[in-house]
Amino acid sequence: MPDYLSVQGLEKRFSSHGRAAFHNLTFSVEQGAFVALIGPSGCGKSTLLHIMAGLSEPTAGGVRLEGQPIHRPRPDMMFVFQQYTKSIFPWKTVLENVMLGVKYRADVPRKGLEELCLRHLDMVGLGRYPNYYPYQLSGGMQQRVAIARALARRPKILLMDEPFSALDAMMRVELQDLLLALWRDLGLTILFVTHDLDEALYLGQRVLMLSASPGTIAEDVTVPLPYPRRQIETRSDPIYLELRERLYRNMVAQVMAGRTDAA
Amino acid sequence: MSKKLQALLRNSRMSGVILIALLLAVWQLSAMYLVRSPTWPTVTRIVEAWAENFADGTLPGHMLATFWRQMLGYGLAMILGVTLGLAMGYYRVLYNLFEPIVEVLRPIPGPAYLPVLVLFVGIGNEMKVVLILLAALFPILLNTYSGVRSIDRVQFDTARTLGLTTFQTFRELVLPAASPQILTGMRISLAISLILAILGEMIVSNDGLGYFTLLAQRTFKVPEMYAGIFTLAAFGYVLNRIFLVLEARLIRWHHESSGRT
Repeated sequence: MPDYLSVQGLEKRFSSHGRAAFHNLTFSVEQGAFVALIGPSGCGKSTLLHIMAGLSEPTAGGVRLEGQPIHRPRPDMMFVFQQYTKSIFPWKTVLENVMLGVKYRADVPRKGLEELCLRHLDMVGLGRYPNYYPYQLSGGMQQRVAIARALARRPKILLMDEPFSALDAMMRVELQDLLLALWRDLGLTILFVTHDLDEALYLGQRVLMLSASPGTIAEDVTVPLPYPRRQIETRSDPIYLELRERLYRNMVAQVMAGRTDAA
Repeated sequence: MSKKLQALLRNSRMSGVILIALLLAVWQLSAMYLVRSPTWPTVTRIVEAWAENFADGTLPGHMLATFWRQMLGYGLAMILGVTLGLAMGYYRVLYNLFEPIVEVLRPIPGPAYLPVLVLFVGIGNEMKVVLILLAALFPILLNTYSGVRSIDRVQFDTARTLGLTTFQTFRELVLPAASPQILTGMRISLAISLILAILGEMIVSNDGLGYFTLLAQRTFKVPEMYAGIFTLAAFGYVLNRIFLVLEARLIRWHHESSGRT
C-alpha cells in the first residue's frame, strides 16, 4: 500500500546556482495524522508546505497523495495562510468569504449553500457574525473565518502555515484547542508548520524538525501524549518536558550551525 | 479666544465657507466703490446675468453640451483604461509589451494632442471627445495596472487554493482589490476630462460652457463671462461631490480597514 501523503526526494532552489532551501527531503504522513513541522527560520518549511499544496513547483522530487502526483492545488487539500488579513478578503463579509470557497463548485448543490457555510461558521464559533466585515473582527476571529472557509470545502487534508503566529497568546491558546477539536471531529489529516516548539509539541502526534538550510529532516519524533490535550497539564507532563528539552537542544544546535555556516 | 470658537475652527469647515462669503463681499464692495470698470462687474450683476441666461435656457443648454461630451470621453477612457489596465496588471507579458509605450505617451500634456487630432478627426465633436479620452485615459490606466500589480501574492494563492478560474479570480479578487486605486485614477481623470472639454470648446465649438465663456468675453459681455466661470466652478464641484459619494459607497471596506472614516 502506498503512503497516504508522501514527499519524495524533494528539492527547492530559488535560482539555478543558488543555495537550496532544502534538498533530498523524504517523509510521509499517515491518513488522519496531526504532524507538526518545525525548524529555524529560513529552513524552507513554508516553501515545503507551498509545494505540498501545489502552489509552487519543486526543482526536484515530488509530492504524492494516495499515489497521485500533486502539481496544482486540489479541492481536498486546503491551505491556511499565516497572513489572514490578506487571505480573508476585506471587501467581503464573513459569510461571503466562506461562500467564496464553495459557490463555484459543481459538486456542491446551490440550495443550502448558505446554510452549509453558516454551519461551518458555527463550528469555529462565529455563528453570530456572518454579516460582519473582517475589519470589525479581531485577528483570532479573522483566522477562524479562514479555517471555516477551508472546512466548508470538506477537505481531507489541512496544510497550515504558521496560522497562529500573528496572534496574541490568549487567542493562540484558544485556536489551538479549537483546531484539535476540529481535527478529532472531522477526521482531518493536518500538517502544521510553526516556529514555536511548544506549539508543535502541544498539537502534534508527531513532530518533524527541519535543519537549517539546506534543510533536511533533523528529527522525527512521536509525541506519546494522550488527547484531548490540556493547556496546563499537557505542557507540564514529564514526557512533554523531556521531549521539549531534547528538541530544544537540537534546535539551538541547528541555529548555531547555521550561524557558523553564514560566517 | 473662547474654547467654543477654537473647537469650531478645528472641527468644522464653517470658517472656510465664511471666508468665501467674505471674499465675495469684498468683490462686491470693490466693484461698487473702488474699481469702477466694465471688466470688474459687481457680484450681484454677475448673478443677474447668470439668472437671465439660466432662465432662458442658454446656460442649461451649454451645460448639457459640456456634460455630454465630457461624459462620453470620460466613459470611453474608463472602459478602455480599466480593461487594458486589468489585463496589463495581470498578464506580465502584456505589461512588458505596453508599459514602455505608456511611459512615453504619458508625459505628453493632453492639449498637445489637439493639433494632431484636428488633422485626423477634424474640428467636430469627435475631436473633443477623443481629446478628452486621450487625456483621461492615462491616470485610469496607470492606477489600474499598478493597483492590480500590488495585489498580495497570498491573495492570488488563496484564489488558487479555492479553485477559482481566471474569470472568477478577476471578479472576486482582482477587480475589488484594485478598486481603491482604480477609483483614485478615475477621480483624477474626472477633473482632467472637464479641463479638456472646456479647452476643446474654447478652441473650436458652437456650444458648451467653454464656448459660452469665451464668446461672452469676446463680445464684451463681462458679467456673462464671470457667470460662465461661476457655473463651471459649481459644475466641477458637484461632479466631484457625486464621485466622492459613490466612491465612499463602493469601497467602504477600504476606508474602514485602513482606519479612514
